[in-house]
Amino acid sequence: MLPLEGITVLEFAQFMAGPSAGLKMADLGASVIKVERPGTGEAGRQITLKNLFIDESSMVFHTANRNKRSYAANLKNTDDLERVKKLISQVDVMTHNFRPGVMEKIGLDYETVKAINPKIIYGVVSGYGPVGPWAKKPGQDLLIQSLSGFVNLSGNAADDPTPSGLATSDIFTGAHLVQGILAALVGRTKTGKGAKVEVSLLESTLDIQFELLTTYFNDGNRLPKRAKKGNAHAYVAAPYGVYPTKDGYLSIALTPLDELVGAMGLALPYQFLDKETWFSKRDEIMDFLRGYLIKETTQYWLDLFEPLDFKVAPIYDYKTLLNHEVYKVLKMDQEVETSDGLTMKTTRCPIRIDGHRIFNRKSAPKPGEDNRVIDQEFNLN
Amino acid sequence: MEKPLDGILVIDFSQYLSGPSASLRLADLGARVIKIEKPTGDSGRHLYCSNVVLNGESSMFHAINRNKQSYVADMKSGEDRKKVYKLIAQADVLMHNFRPGVAKKLGIDFETVQTINPAVVYAELSGYGKEGVWKDKPGLDLLLQSVSGLTQLNGNEGAGPVPIGLAVVDILSGVHLAQGILACLYRKITTGKGGRVEVSMLESALEFQFESITCFFTDGGQPTKRPKSNSAHAYLGAPYGIYRTKNGYMALAMGAIPFLGELLGCHELTQYPEVGSWFTKRDEIKSILADHLSTKDTQEWLAVLEPADIWCAEIMDWKTLFDTEAFKILEMVQEVQMSDGYKYKTTRCPIRINGQFLTTEIGTPILGEHTEKINAEFA
Repeated sequence: MLPLEGITVLEFAQFMAGPSAGLKMADLGASVIKVERPGTGEAGRQITLKNLFIDESSMVFHTANRNKRSYAANLKNTDDLERVKKLISQVDVMTHNFRPGVMEKIGLDYETVKAINPKIIYGVVSGYGPVGPWAKKPGQDLLIQSLSGFVNLSGNAADDPTPSGLATSDIFTGAHLVQGILAALVGRTKTGKGAKVEVSLLESTLDIQFELLTTYFNDGNRLPKRAKKGNAHAYVAAPYGVYPTKDGYLSIALTPLDELVGAMGLALPYQFLDKETWFSKRDEIMDFLRGYLIKETTQYWLDLFEPLDFKVAPIYDYKTLLNHEVYKVLKMDQEVETSDGLTMKTTRCPIRIDGHRIFNRKSAPKPGEDNRVIDQEFNLN
Repeated sequence: MEKPLDGILVIDFSQYLSGPSASLRLADLGARVIKIEKPTGDSGRHLYCSNVVLNGESSMFHAINRNKQSYVADMKSGEDRKKVYKLIAQADVLMHNFRPGVAKKLGIDFETVQTINPAVVYAELSGYGKEGVWKDKPGLDLLLQSVSGLTQLNGNEGAGPVPIGLAVVDILSGVHLAQGILACLYRKITTGKGGRVEVSMLESALEFQFESITCFFTDGGQPTKRPKSNSAHAYLGAPYGIYRTKNGYMALAMGAIPFLGELLGCHELTQYPEVGSWFTKRDEIKSILADHLSTKDTQEWLAVLEPADIWCAEIMDWKTLFDTEAFKILEMVQEVQMSDGYKYKTTRCPIRINGQFLTTEIGTPILGEHTEKINAEFA
């Protein structure tokens, strides 16, 4: 039995942050119903990577919305809205990511919903929090990475600000929403009361930086300085970083510099003997290491360092990793299928419960695909 | 304030960042977290990465371990183990992030814990899972970024591997662990059944990339190709990227290319009416945009783009952001205090419940600070 079996979630959320939260709850056993506008459905259906579509909806949409059902409703139509309210009265959770004011206008703000269903957990994702001068600005992953200081951490010193090349803010915000909702569900078992749970892209993206910010706040507000080359963490001392080898690259994580240099058969230059210099002279030290690491292959260095339990790894692309036996043992992917019989291979939930991986076969629904069943199941007509 | 996990007891054997970041979130949400530390303490206490030491211990440790209690036990000693078992018997959650085999040696493997407390939620976090040829490898963030394909997504084509400059895999696997724990706690309370939660950094790192890996599966396994310049996503078309302006940088996320051309007064861009070309010709388009945007200040461009609801923003560093009203209103910074009076500033939990922030005044515990008190309480 999956842990969230019996929980029903209504997802009014669109794009990535909110839907990725719905996906995780679905994987953990909840029944997730997307409430979408009739016909076109949610806007995320048209967002593409590499222009790839599975059916009328994009591959990305199918990735974030598998294992869900769809209920089409025009929230500006009184009859539809009444049906949705009837649905709300019977569910455990709802989520949305409309800009502040939109749900008030529709008539599904927390106060109204609470009156319909006092036990509901009402989850909201915003860009910048519910109030303040930015509250009504568009909240989007890249913009939040840009505003939050996050883009100043990756890449090398002379590079432009370097965002992460995936939707990091969206994904963490969605994950925090799940945490808040699940905690509120736990709380409800004691109090019998629902709750409003709010997260924002900005707060979540600051939270990811919590270690660095805590350092910044208490260390005289020194801004991060990326390494000149091979940067992997603005705040971590040498040798931490990525180094070119004769045939590729080698990553070196937390490994004492003196031991590393010793294992390479070198003497640590006197100017780097003091551990303080491992941070203050990071660029010079990394230059020194680069000069030697380039002379041999990645495998040569792995064979030398791994038996010493040094923290090193090669750099893999998808092709190398996904064909590696390690990946095969994980059984990390699964095939999902639309109601039309179209299939797509995607990843599964990363959490194992009671010793089992969680798989599901259902791909994303078409807009309104499940209206009839849901009307019946919840007695909405 | 009332917090949703009030009354929940978490026994946390984990060290460093991945596991402790999960128990930090549980503590923020109201749980009581007891860190079980070996006599020398969580190795994270002395992980001086950046030579920033606060009150004798790593600044990072202080970020990760506020609002927890510290209980010192030598799990290799029978007497200490017996005391810890008493704690486990009353716990709702037990968590650790040892390499495979270590928990068994310390007497806290799943089977043993089951005999002490069958209804507990048992949660474990590993680097690469418990099977396969990598299971005993060290699970450090940069290594996971390196082998999972993540370093191929950031930066421009030709830049080589570009890691994300913080411990993103540690933190994400901790987030997943907390999700699994919370889901099982709900089930435990409603059905009386315990649970087992397993997360590995490798699986978390892969799920993080679910969009681009699904893309890789769908496009027949083509290599990841980052944009030549102005990269912000390897798989998204123009204009998605960061651009240099006359006085700084700006981010431009989405927008129809011809419409952007009109707004920005860049005639060349109006020559790309076909939506598909925004991806297939993204290098060309980005190069035109980059040249054009470099001619004026960020604010001038934003003044044109924002009213048209184009997703764009200026690039800020922490100093600039923290001076804005928009940041101040979030009250994202809290001050916490250790029992010896040492105070430090840190961020708060990013989740609000019923409109309220989840804050605390309690800082990091001193090693073993609560051992005696807890012994008396659970005796």
